[in-house]
Amino acid sequence: MKLKQLEGLLGDLQQFTAPKVELEQYATGPHIASRMLYTAENSFDDITGKVVADFGCGCGTLSVASSLLDAEHVVGIDIDPQSLELAQENAADLELDIDLIQCDIKNLNLRGLLVDTVVMNPPFGTSRKGADMEFISMGMKVATRAVYSLHKTSTREHIKKVALRNCNAISAEVLCELRYNLPRTYKFHKQNEVDIAVDFWRFVPRARDEGSTACSVTNLKQRRMHR
Amino acid sequence: MRLLTHNMLASNARGAVTGYPLKLQVVKWSTKEVEPNPEFLRGMLPKIDWPALVAATQALGLPELLPEAPPTDAELSAEGAAADEGSALRRLHRALLEIHIEEGALVCPDTDRCFPISRGVPNMLLHEDEVRN
Ligand SMILES: C[S@@+](CC[C@H](N)C(=O)[O-])C[C@H]1O[C@@H](n2cnc3c(N)ncnc32)[C@H](O)[C@@H]1O
Repeated sequence: MKLKQLEGLLGDLQQFTAPKVELEQYATGPHIASRMLYTAENSFDDITGKVVADFGCGCGTLSVASSLLDAEHVVGIDIDPQSLELAQENAADLELDIDLIQCDIKNLNLRGLLVDTVVMNPPFGTSRKGADMEFISMGMKVATRAVYSLHKTSTREHIKKVALRNCNAISAEVLCELRYNLPRTYKFHKQNEVDIAVDFWRFVPRARDEGSTACSVTNLKQRRMHR
Repeated sequence: MRLLTHNMLASNARGAVTGYPLKLQVVKWSTKEVEPNPEFLRGMLPKIDWPALVAATQALGLPELLPEAPPTDAELSAEGAAADEGSALRRLHRALLEIHIEEGALVCPDTDRCFPISRGVPNMLLHEDEVRN
């Protein structure tokens, strides 16, 4: 699929009707979303034929983009039921199969090595401090190949430090800097400021072995029971 | 929600040891056919928790769909497997990606905390005082 075509399809998606400010609900625009997923696939081979999870999927833009780029299995996760309904409608309109889970990212418990790639446009942490770091940390626990994410450029040094030091990243790289257009309700700087500088990141997690997953623990437990 | 998602999802309820595998209760499910991707399925096989997948198909009332032991890579790679509806490859594909749980619940194996599935979406939300620490 061509980039322009992807962007066009994403442009037709329904967006939040009554965004919840405390959850930082603003749709990832078609321009940014299409470039994120296109880069993840064309530069790094991280989407097509892969299992992709979308954290804070909202109306599902990144999930839909992953699915349009032929991810084999896509799971969108959000805390908010209205967002999940929108995501479901958006997927259904394009006849895409996307699994959805209602969950708070910080309480997510995904076992094993099944998820290849995590894509996300998490809260920037302006409504609830630390929300952005919770998303990165969980993404690094879940992904086996890479985590793609957007964060305010002003937090670049901090993010890099925490990802490398506390989140088991072997690399944390800013792929490009973008202008992110926030709806007026979200302006949090000067009066008329609606554009903020945002970094598009790629984090690579350190390889994990199966020894640490719920899978082997379950098997152990079963074996014990059979004795 | 499909069974590939079920195979990775665990409970985070207070008191859970691993919270895995979640017991599946099914009220309504449906099937939607999609093209099998043999390479993907072969790559997936070693990562799947087989007993959890088999238990899920049994909860659906499909005890015949999967064998007790996982297929071998050779079985999945057998010539013509993708075209043959009864092949190990197609069965695995059907189990993981073609069955959609619409209504039902997921139950934490350690605490019995119940997570409802409604309109295809499991609700894994926990109150703050219910979360495993
Ligand atoms: C910036 S929006 C992402 C928009 C999404 N990519 C889209 O295209 O619609 C952030 C999303 O994260 C969700 N969210 C906020 N806090 C969350 C949490 N703790 N757990 C899960 N989702 C959360 C919000 O409901 C919102 O949909």
